Amino acid sequence: MLELVKAVQPDEATLLTLDEVTLTRGGAAVLDALSLDIRAGAITAVMGANGAGKSLALRVIAGLIEPDAGEMSYAGEMRAPLDVSIVFQRPVLLRRSVRGNLRHALKVYGVPRRQRTRRVAELLELGRLGLIADNPARALSGGEQQRVAMVRALAARPKLLLLDEPTASLDPQATQAIERLVRKAADDGATVVIVTHDRGQAKRLADDIRFMHRGKMVEKASAKRFFENPTSAAASAYLAGELFL
Amino acid sequence: MRLPILAATLIITAARVSAAEPFIIVQSTTSTQNSGLYDSILPEFTAASGIAVRVVAVGTGQAIMNARNCDGDVLLVHAKAAEEKFVADGAGVSRSDIMYNDFVIVGPHDDPAGLSDAKTVSKAFDKLESGDFVFTSRGDDSGTHKKEMALWQMAGVDPTQASGTWYRETGSGMGATLNIAIGMNAYAMTDRATWIAFGNKADHKIVFEGDNALFNQYGVILVNGERCPSVKAEEGQAFIDWLLSETGQSAIGAYRRQGQQLFFPNARK
Amino acid sequence: MLEIGTAFRAAFNLIVGFDPDLVEIIGLSLQVTLTAVFVACLIGFPLGAVLAVGRFPMRGTLVVLVNALMGLPPVVVGLGVYLMLSRAGPLGVLNLLYTPTAMVIAQVILVTPIIAALTRQVIEDMNLEYDELLRSMGAGRLSQMLTLLWDARYALMTAALAGLGRALAEVGAVMIVGGNINHVTRVMTTAIALETSKGELALALGLGIILMALSIALNATLMGFRRTAERLAYA
Repeated sequence: MLELVKAVQPDEATLLTLDEVTLTRGGAAVLDALSLDIRAGAITAVMGANGAGKSLALRVIAGLIEPDAGEMSYAGEMRAPLDVSIVFQRPVLLRRSVRGNLRHALKVYGVPRRQRTRRVAELLELGRLGLIADNPARALSGGEQQRVAMVRALAARPKLLLLDEPTASLDPQATQAIERLVRKAADDGATVVIVTHDRGQAKRLADDIRFMHRGKMVEKASAKRFFENPTSAAASAYLAGELFL
Repeated sequence: MRLPILAATLIITAARVSAAEPFIIVQSTTSTQNSGLYDSILPEFTAASGIAVRVVAVGTGQAIMNARNCDGDVLLVHAKAAEEKFVADGAGVSRSDIMYNDFVIVGPHDDPAGLSDAKTVSKAFDKLESGDFVFTSRGDDSGTHKKEMALWQMAGVDPTQASGTWYRETGSGMGATLNIAIGMNAYAMTDRATWIAFGNKADHKIVFEGDNALFNQYGVILVNGERCPSVKAEEGQAFIDWLLSETGQSAIGAYRRQGQQLFFPNARK
Repeated sequence: MLEIGTAFRAAFNLIVGFDPDLVEIIGLSLQVTLTAVFVACLIGFPLGAVLAVGRFPMRGTLVVLVNALMGLPPVVVGLGVYLMLSRAGPLGVLNLLYTPTAMVIAQVILVTPIIAALTRQVIEDMNLEYDELLRSMGAGRLSQMLTLLWDARYALMTAALAGLGRALAEVGAVMIVGGNINHVTRVMTTAIALETSKGELALALGLGIILMALSIALNATLMGFRRTAERLAYA
C-alpha cells in the first residue's frame, strides 16, 4: 500500500514520463496512448509478451523513434541522447578492436582526446575486458561482445541507461556479468530501464515493474508486489505462462 | 598513411613531364605516324633545333577540327581542298606542299573482282558496283576517305546507297579499316605508306595502283597565331622551314620501309 | 591468322628485353591511373557516404544518376574533357590538353561515379547495422559517415579496385585528351590501339598481355594487403 501512494505522487522522484504516446505502424497502433513513468535512481523492468511494444517504447525514450502523438518529459536537466544510453539485444560493435570501440564512443561523447586513454583503461577494467582489449570486437563471444556494449554505453556516464533484452541470447555466466554491470551502474546513480523476458532477472535486478500489453501499460508495481500479486488479467496470464498476443 | 605521399609524387611527376623543353604540337594524320615517318625524321629536327615535336595522329578531318580549335601549332595532313579552305578561313597562315605518295587498292590475293585488269581507278570501282565483293571504307571524313569519295564520284558510283551491303563504312582509322578488310576478305583503299608498313597483311596484296588520280599530296600549314594566340608561331615555323629545307626534304626521301621509299618530297624550291 | 604464341613471345621479348619505351609507357599508365583513382577516391568515398547516409531532397535522383554515370562511355568523357580543355574551350588557358594531367582529369570523371556508387552501396548496407547505435550515441551525420567510411575501409578497397580496373583498361578518353603522343602521353591502352592500327597484332596482343599481368599484379597486391591488414587488425 505504501508503495502505491508513493508511486502516484508525481514528485521529484520521477525521472521520466511518457504521456499518451502513440506510434502507428502499418495502420495499427503499436504504441497505443502509452503512459509510463520511470522512478529516478531505480531499476525498472519493462515486461510483457512479444509484440507488446516494449522495445519500441524503449526506442522512443532513447529518441531513436519519433512518436506520432503524445509527449515525453524528463525531470530536471536531461540532454538526450548524451545522458541516455541504450544497449541492444544484439550488440552492434564496430569493426575495430575492443579498445577501438571504446575510444570511438568516448570521441563521439566528446571526451577530450587526452582523457580518452585513461577512460578506456577504466572501462576495460569495469568490463573485465583487459585481456581482450586488442582483439577484434566482432570476433568475441556473445557474452564478451555484450560486455563491451555495456561498458561502451556506460562510457557516456548516462543518467538513464536503457537495456533492450541485453541477456536474451547469453548463457547464465555471461548474464551474470551483465547484471553485475547493471547493478554497478545503478549504484553509481544511473536510472535503469530494462526490457526483459527473464522473470528471474527482473526479480534479481528490478525495483519497479511496468507491464505492457498491446501497446499500453496495464500494470505498474514494485517488483515484489508484481510477482506476488499481479492485479491485471494480462500480467496474471503472462506470469502463468498463458499470455499470447 | 603513405598513400597521399605517393599520390603527391605522382601528381608532381605528372606536372614535370609537361614542362621540360620547348615543344610544338603537330596535328597530323595516322598514315604519317603509322608508317614510322615521324619516328625517323623528328629526332633529326629536335637535335638541330632543340624543339620537341609532339604528334597527335588522328584522321585528317579531326586533325583539321583540332587545329581550328587552336589545339596545335602545325597541321600536316593530306586533303588539299580542305587544307586550302582551312587557310582561306583564316585558321592557317599558308599552305605548302611537302611530299606525296599515292593511294593503292588492296584486296584478296586472287583478286576475285579482277580489279588488276582495270585501266583506271574509275573502271576498277565500276567493277565493285556489281555488289558481289565487299569494299571497306574509312567512312570517317579523313583525307583518305575524302579522296575515296572523290574517286567514287569520278567513277559515277554512289556507294553509300549500298552502305551495309557490299560497301562497309568502318568509321575507323586506316589500320582498323585494313584489319577489317583482311578479316572480311574485302577490298580497301589505303595510302601506300600505311600499306607497306602494315604488319597484318595476311594474304592481301595491292590489286590496283598507278592511276594519276590516286596521287596523294601532303601539305603543311602553320596555325594562325592571330586567331589562336596560344600558337607557338616561331617554333612551328621553324619546323615547317626545316621540313621544306634541303635537309628535311632529304630526310623524308631517305625514309625506307622494307627497302621501299614511302614518301616523295616535293616542296617547291 | 595470328597465333597466340606469337603474342606471348612478343610480350616475353618486351619484358625480358626491358624495353625502355615499354618501361616508360607502363610508368605513365600507372602514374595516370593511380593518380586518377586516388583523386576519384577522395571524391567518391565522401560522395558515396553522403548519398548513403544523408537525408536531403533529390537524394534518390542523385543515386540513380551516379549509378547511371558508372556506364559513361570513355569516348564521350574524352570528348567532353577535350571540349573543356581545348584552346577554344572554357579551360583552354590552363594549357592542359595533350598532357598527362588531362588524362588524369578524364579518368577521374570516368572512375568517380564507379567508386561513389559502390561506396554508397557498401556504406548503406553497413549503416543498416550501425545507424541506430550511432544515432543513439548522439553522433552527427558527419561523425556517422566518418565512422562508416573507416569501418568499411577494406570493403572500399574493392570499390577502388573496380575503379582502377576501369581506368587501367579504358582507351577512348585518354586517346582523345592525351593524343597518344610518343614519350608524353602514350600509355598501355593507346599503345595497344596504335599497334593494332599498324597491323602489328602480335605486338598489340603482347602489350595487352602485359597490361593484364599488370592489372592482376596490382589486384593481387592490394587484395593481399587487404586480407593481411584485416586479419591483423580487425575481424
